[in-house]
Amino acid sequence: MRSARDQVWITGIGLVSSLGHGTAAHWQKLNVQGTPRPVIDPQRFAPYTIHPLAGIDFTKQIPRTSDQRQMERWQKIGVYAAGLALADARLAGDAPLLERTNLCIAAGNGERDLALDARILAAAGPGGAWGAYLNQGLTAGLRPTLYLGQLSNLLAGNISIVHKATGSSRTFKGEEMAGVSAFANAVARIEAGQGELFLVGGALNAEREDALLACELAGALYNGPYRSVWQRREQGGGLVPGSLGAFLVLESSGHARQRGAVPYARISDVLSSRSRRGPGDASAAAAGLFSRLRLNPKAGDLGILSGASGAEPATAEERQFIASLAQRGVNPIVRAWGSMLGHSLEAHFIAGLALAALAVSNEVFYPPFDTSEVESACDVRPDRILVTTFGHWRGEAMALVQSAW
Amino acid sequence: MSNSYHDTRGRPRVVVTGIGLVTSLGRGKADNWTALAAGRSGIRPITRFPTEGLRTAIAGSVDFLDIGGYSAPALSAAMALAAGAEAITEARIGSPDAFPGPLYLATPPAEIEWPQRWSLYDASSGSGETGYKRLLAAARASEWREMRALCPFASVAERVAAKLGTRGLPVSISTACASGATAIQLGVEAIRRGDTDAALCIGTDSSVQIEALIRFSLLSALSTRSGAPAEASRPFSKDRDGFVMAEGAGALVLESHAAATARGAEILGVVLGCGEKADDYHRTRSKPDGTAIIGAIRNAIADAGIAPGDIDYVNAHGTSTPENDKMEYLSLRAVLGDHLAATPVSSNKSMIGHTLSAAGAIEAAISLLTIRHGVLPPTINYAMPDPEIPIDPVANTARAAPVRTVLSNSFGFGGQNVSLVLGAP
Repeated sequence: MRSARDQVWITGIGLVSSLGHGTAAHWQKLNVQGTPRPVIDPQRFAPYTIHPLAGIDFTKQIPRTSDQRQMERWQKIGVYAAGLALADARLAGDAPLLERTNLCIAAGNGERDLALDARILAAAGPGGAWGAYLNQGLTAGLRPTLYLGQLSNLLAGNISIVHKATGSSRTFKGEEMAGVSAFANAVARIEAGQGELFLVGGALNAEREDALLACELAGALYNGPYRSVWQRREQGGGLVPGSLGAFLVLESSGHARQRGAVPYARISDVLSSRSRRGPGDASAAAAGLFSRLRLNPKAGDLGILSGASGAEPATAEERQFIASLAQRGVNPIVRAWGSMLGHSLEAHFIAGLALAALAVSNEVFYPPFDTSEVESACDVRPDRILVTTFGHWRGEAMALVQSAW
Repeated sequence: MSNSYHDTRGRPRVVVTGIGLVTSLGRGKADNWTALAAGRSGIRPITRFPTEGLRTAIAGSVDFLDIGGYSAPALSAAMALAAGAEAITEARIGSPDAFPGPLYLATPPAEIEWPQRWSLYDASSGSGETGYKRLLAAARASEWREMRALCPFASVAERVAAKLGTRGLPVSISTACASGATAIQLGVEAIRRGDTDAALCIGTDSSVQIEALIRFSLLSALSTRSGAPAEASRPFSKDRDGFVMAEGAGALVLESHAAATARGAEILGVVLGCGEKADDYHRTRSKPDGTAIIGAIRNAIADAGIAPGDIDYVNAHGTSTPENDKMEYLSLRAVLGDHLAATPVSSNKSMIGHTLSAAGAIEAAISLLTIRHGVLPPTINYAMPDPEIPIDPVANTARAAPVRTVLSNSFGFGGQNVSLVLGAP
């Protein structure tokens, strides 16, 4: 039962990305000293670079081929990462607990049948009368079951089917802020006693041209020789998408204690805003959020895992915010995980929270993820880490991840 | 701690002080209510795009708002704004451009649509490329300001939040055809937590576009009675053959009872309870034993702190698909038992079609109007009773009846089940 002293604990982490799968692989690859080595593929979608998913045997978490057939790759990535998180929290296979596990999922668009789109575009001819042709082309060409690959809420639906987590199911949308809303909703419900056990996460398949097109139309896709997020500005800025699945099990401390679950970390704050995004707005909004954090002590060394995407002007705004912390007596030690994992939109914030929880529980902060002046080497014992995200076009948010002890 | 400002569990009681509606029957709740009480259908032939060769050529589309050329996000935003502004005006809360609380918005999927895809493709016709390489080349070559404003998922919420001046980060939600009810649930929970005194909850959907229609059609989910649009949606009738896609928006201003009373607001109704339960059986079908739907209904009734026998009327999900209507009946039967025989159950979708992401919000709004007017809107086109669904569907003609407590159901693909219990002030 909930008591007034209940905290929000992270008791499970599931992570898959270009660096591998599972927390151990990520911890190891992110802690290599020396020049950071992100896994990138500059050729396949040239002129764009992406971070491709590491080789993963999806059957380990999605054993039935009939399930796999009805999912597009973003859903498989998510269901796989969700399974890792449930197993990590020792919930996998525990029917009574799974039946009470609430899903808060961050999702974007599903995947299109690119070959069909290309066929229809080619067949109708330039400027042609495409209306009637479209009816015929789509009716004959669309695979009915793969409509489900396109529905945002079907990542959650597939998690319920494959892993049997069925307490409740909510899918949040809206690029980076979808991850913030999903996470904040779970935290608020735990704090208020509206739920005890949550699976929170998202997934991105960056290796598809329809996703790249949406980013390019938004003017946010990086196009040039690969650089870290802090070093893209001269090339016009932009995000380099990375395939990724990130899931957390969030739990009230009372519930976790009762079942003997050990926390990685606790969440002490999650705050967000929607600035108008005029010059200086996002930076000022973040400063406002920072003032509201329950940070103790208020000054000194502070590890920051930055969700900077490389897209401008959001990334410059975040640099401005970070630079302003010195006036408060805060010494920010910054690591932007996007330089290592790529940008993962809806899943991005969750991935940063996962990395923060790992660092807090291992009591070691990460070495610099890039060679710019923004990230300097520094030994800091991270009993608290600030995780930030500035949406590439809207929304600012941050969360404080602290030692549970 | 149970008093008029708190429920039996000591949580702040959540009341409704503003309601807004847009459906194929018209703009505003006055016009909608007149049409619903008269049993009128808003379903008509689709004129938005060519329908040659399609099995289904009808919908409850909203074509009367001026959005300067159809695109799903533009229409979604326009309907959400119309419904939201109506609700805020009725509630007399804040000012027209500064609503004192967060926005919870249920929206349909957003993506580049075929007209945009074609214009991109044509713009790069000299490139020699094909397929997505050509689309990407065109996207790189110039600024597509209009498209840029339409593509992002958060674009609809962003526009609504900017215009109505809601507080904080707007929250976009999708639980498929339960989304509208989830938006209301999010608002209720936030007020119960004490996070806010007021919340604006809107469901909007503008999915009558070529690809969405064909996709639902390929799933055999749609009625093919294209020759008789007004008669196509026939929930609970034995000869029902699928749902009719439709558009619209529903909006509620929710407030804590204490805050609403303090500012002298008129209280239109109460959100007594919300319940949800995810299904793990199948992507488009519910568990044959109905346990997830039953769970959602039971959770809502328990959350409301009432007994099943206290439900006066059910505003059904009632999509008019063979499967939904049967499963919904079986689940209602399991929860309400013998009380179901004495409980009228009608489907607004018989008249306005299935408004998908908006349905839960629209039907909650209509449920509150039902309480207010003391009139049950009918299930029209009820011509052939289904012996497997022995209910009182309020067949074909509206009926006067005092109603204090309504159960409103919403179920969606992906195992989403949400029920709301709405009560008289």
